[in-house]
Amino acid sequence: MQFHRAHVLVCHGTNCSLKAPQSIVDAFRGALKEHGLEQEVRVVETGCFGLCEQGPTVVVYPEGALYCRVTPGDVADIVAQHLLKGRMVERLLYREPALVKTVQTFPEAQYFQKQVRVVLRNCGLIDPESIEEYIARGGYLSLGKALTTMQPAEVVKVVSDSGLRGRGGAGFPTGLKWRFAARAERQPKYVVCNADEGEPGTFKDRLILEGDPHAVLEAMAICGYAVGASRGFIYIRGEYKLSIAMLETAIKRAREIGLLGANILGTGFDFDVEIRLGSGAYVCGEETALFESLEGGRGEPRIKPPYPTDRGLWGQPTVINNVETLANIPHIIEKGAEWFRGLGTPSTPGTKVFTLCGDIVNGGLIEVPMGITLREVIYDIGGGIPGGRQFKLAQTGGTSGGCVTEELLDVPMDYDSMAKAGTALGSGALLIMDDSHCIVDIAKSFARFFVHESCGKCVPCREGTKRIYDIVDGFSRGRGTARDLELLELLARTLYMTPLCPLGQTAPLPIMTTLKYFRDEYEAHMQGQACPAGVCPGLGSGLTKEVGAW
Amino acid sequence: MVTLTIDGQKVTVQPGTTILEAAKKVGLSIPVLCHHPDQEVKAVCRVCVVEVKGSRTFQAACSFPVAEGMEVRTNTPAVREARKAVVELMLATHPDDCLQCERNLRCELQALAEQLGIREVRFERRVKEIPEDHSSPSLFRDPSKCIACRRCVYTCNQVQGVGILHPVNRGWETYVAPAWGRGLMEVACALCGQCIHACPVGAISERDQVEEVWAVLADPKKHVVVQTAPATRVALGEEVGLPSGAIVTGKMVAALRRLGFDRVFDTDFTADLTIMEEGHELLHRLKTGGVLPMFTSCSPGWIKYIEHFYPEYLPNLSTCKSPQQMFGALAKTYYAEKAGIDPADIYVVSIMPCTAKKFEAMRPEMNSSGHRDVDVVLTTRELGRMIREAGIQFENLPNEDYDDPLGISTGAAVIFGATGGVMEAALRTAYEVVTGRELPGLDFEPVRGLQGIKEAEVDVDGIRLKVAVGHGLGNAHQIMERVKKGDASWHFVEIMCCPGGCIGGGGQPIPTNTAVRLERIKGIYQADKDLPMRKSHDNPAVHQIYREFLNEPLGHRSHELLHTHYTPRRRYGVPGGAGEN
Repeated sequence: MQFHRAHVLVCHGTNCSLKAPQSIVDAFRGALKEHGLEQEVRVVETGCFGLCEQGPTVVVYPEGALYCRVTPGDVADIVAQHLLKGRMVERLLYREPALVKTVQTFPEAQYFQKQVRVVLRNCGLIDPESIEEYIARGGYLSLGKALTTMQPAEVVKVVSDSGLRGRGGAGFPTGLKWRFAARAERQPKYVVCNADEGEPGTFKDRLILEGDPHAVLEAMAICGYAVGASRGFIYIRGEYKLSIAMLETAIKRAREIGLLGANILGTGFDFDVEIRLGSGAYVCGEETALFESLEGGRGEPRIKPPYPTDRGLWGQPTVINNVETLANIPHIIEKGAEWFRGLGTPSTPGTKVFTLCGDIVNGGLIEVPMGITLREVIYDIGGGIPGGRQFKLAQTGGTSGGCVTEELLDVPMDYDSMAKAGTALGSGALLIMDDSHCIVDIAKSFARFFVHESCGKCVPCREGTKRIYDIVDGFSRGRGTARDLELLELLARTLYMTPLCPLGQTAPLPIMTTLKYFRDEYEAHMQGQACPAGVCPGLGSGLTKEVGAW
Repeated sequence: MVTLTIDGQKVTVQPGTTILEAAKKVGLSIPVLCHHPDQEVKAVCRVCVVEVKGSRTFQAACSFPVAEGMEVRTNTPAVREARKAVVELMLATHPDDCLQCERNLRCELQALAEQLGIREVRFERRVKEIPEDHSSPSLFRDPSKCIACRRCVYTCNQVQGVGILHPVNRGWETYVAPAWGRGLMEVACALCGQCIHACPVGAISERDQVEEVWAVLADPKKHVVVQTAPATRVALGEEVGLPSGAIVTGKMVAALRRLGFDRVFDTDFTADLTIMEEGHELLHRLKTGGVLPMFTSCSPGWIKYIEHFYPEYLPNLSTCKSPQQMFGALAKTYYAEKAGIDPADIYVVSIMPCTAKKFEAMRPEMNSSGHRDVDVVLTTRELGRMIREAGIQFENLPNEDYDDPLGISTGAAVIFGATGGVMEAALRTAYEVVTGRELPGLDFEPVRGLQGIKEAEVDVDGIRLKVAVGHGLGNAHQIMERVKKGDASWHFVEIMCCPGGCIGGGGQPIPTNTAVRLERIKGIYQADKDLPMRKSHDNPAVHQIYREFLNEPLGHRSHELLHTHYTPRRRYGVPGGAGEN
């Protein structure tokens, strides 16, 4: 085994690689060669590091120096200064938003201080294409532990005791799901990983799979052992090219060394995983619609009950878990339920991975303990609202979540508290919006999304989403009336209560919450024919020219 | 058993019962729309939503199973508001031409709006303008009226196994149609019309040809003869308010005379003739080592289905034309000769329980007399409309007899209308023709009834004749797969396209469902029992026509006029129009 005196970790997650392609890695390799350092310094392409806003990011170890917005042109400096002479390149180091001072190493950065990286512990640190690096970080230890020292029922019990809840948005207890599936008598059973991440603004599953694909494979195998399944499927968005490539490599490598396939670790347990690509329908993230699509049918939800653990994929007992949920499993098996319960809140133990985006200084991928407040996330981690503007609202849980206003910023972020506050923790999108946005315009954009994504199966969703859009569109054009407002509320109530699946049942949430907190803005569009934020075309801002100009 | 509370009333039911079923036990009819008594639950219309204590959302009563201690409320202000909103959403996009709609007064959406007391539609009227489908000679689709309840999708896929109707597009633009919104003649549609019975609104109906018939009845130069299919006589009554299955043969004849038809004949006559021809064809195949099993060929939906789906088995089809087409060919030859009328002036109208018959009559080969065998096919429903329009008080009509000679028939012909009937009629005749002995009992119970596939073995003088009967194309599919696999040694197979046979045909009165089918089947067998002659070979008119005109079964003239050939069609890709490959 070769030792290196320094490691250059180049973020190769989608967000960074969109800004700086392969050229940074190539530049490093070239420069190192030029200086004869290629034997001493190793360049690693890692998954997402988290600080997407500041990307492309490069971390140089052993110091942990955090370089931001690196261009291929900067590489020569990093090699000549840092790697050759041991002097950090000050101008590229991460700078705290509020401070002039630079931060030298990445644990120092405020962005990471409140984070607890369980799911993301390997992301940005290992080469996701290397099963050896995953194993070196303790990977597949939990699978070995489960297969060789635990009965399937014990595995289910540990997961149940951990209090882990589904991270796809619904927060259903994972252990309960596994127990139902384990109890089901019919064979075959299946394990499905839901990687059809469709909420606008959510890209956590993508980055987890890009950065640490083996964690999910290991978890699926553990689940298979626990419930008595020997086939697993990963249903993933077809657009997630890099995640798919990482998964394909990971599956191939795991099969090669006998961690997937027949007779894993000589225990007689067989388990294998196949990838299935989705074609971009949001509704296919709903588990039963996902099954329909996976089976080759039209992606539409089924009636529940029966639930997937009873009749899922091909009508067989199926455990379907979200990527992030699964990525927690190896840690829980390794460290135990007690350890997991020590994180987060009593009702929702553990951490949550969020994608922080919108009007925020430092957007990106973060992992925080459940129960943290949105205020901490926005101001302590995200560095606040840029450009001196005011916070207006946050959309949590993607389009089907509700809107969180200033007064809700201190609600603990866990499933129950958020639901009580009339919104949803959801899948992990945190879309921050400042006061330059018009609430009607925002609502219209959400409404348009649901018109586009309704599958058309049930009446209220098929017809209602379109009606909601039409009415909100009318408001944005100054045509809204008091009667429209009543109809909007009627539609919101109807959609909240009657549709077949959660897509329709959550479609009115953005409308309900914006109506609740920003009714005056709707009314301004209606009565004064004005858009206070000056966003809606053809409507005046209703403000004096000086104020309106900003 | 599970005990729950519905609107404060305790009720105990089997586990697995839905709220909808449980509610019936406490005297509640929860409103429904996508629900159909013969179909699996779809729960897409969301009209039947109810409150279930502890549930975040309402639940659809049609699909939600009961649980111990469950508390259900079906009639709260919130539930009523939601139901109305859902129905108004449908109405706001539905064409409001109810008064002109073919389904006026027979429309379930209309009835639902009335039931829920909807007096205004609060949403802006935005009808989805989708092109009409006039491609087929049998069926007419108006997708603008489609409410995407998917009942026809279930019928087309699960019952008939044809699978051409599916939801197309997504979201707001969803409607039900063949793939890519194609016309029915551009896909492998059997034209069975079972989708009509599934449809709660007027999105699918037969191609209405009533006006064509009114016009020809008013034309003094035309000699208009009409034939009535076996299954019409136990269903037409429903069109004029009589109970399902009422036998109205005599009144139907009287009504047709009052409408102005010059001669009222009976397809039953050619059904008897079919037995003679088809029976001899079977015996010939058995004797000469011909292609077996032989399939019946009287159901035009079945013919189109096998042409699309199993074209390699066309040699197994009996070459006999259907009774309707035999009648047409004889009306313009034998009858024309006897009556001394120029066949060019004879106009043949059929009253059929069937939509596929309209297509059959237009097949290019169906002109062996030198003229179209049959000029226009009307469904039982269309005849009902004519009777209502003419103001005929059907109930008060006297019972009249069919005209001679094409109106004389036997009970064996009547039972053509029910699944198993052709087989039973054939067995009645085959037994006596082969053995020369009188049949001990006339009723072949094993081939009767609504079981999907019925099999029997009959000893005909030492020959163990193995027969099978299937109805509904889903069952036809299963029969064909067994034939394909070679694990069935049948000699003779009767297949009817529609569930229950012709009494459940796509042209029959609305509603047609299992309960109604059973009543009509009862009527059919009663009509058989009531007739003095019950065996086709006893029909004197059949003897007469062989004597005077056809000479013998399978003879030269029979081949010319009464037998036909079939057209292989593709399942995908190429239009399936008549004569097209």
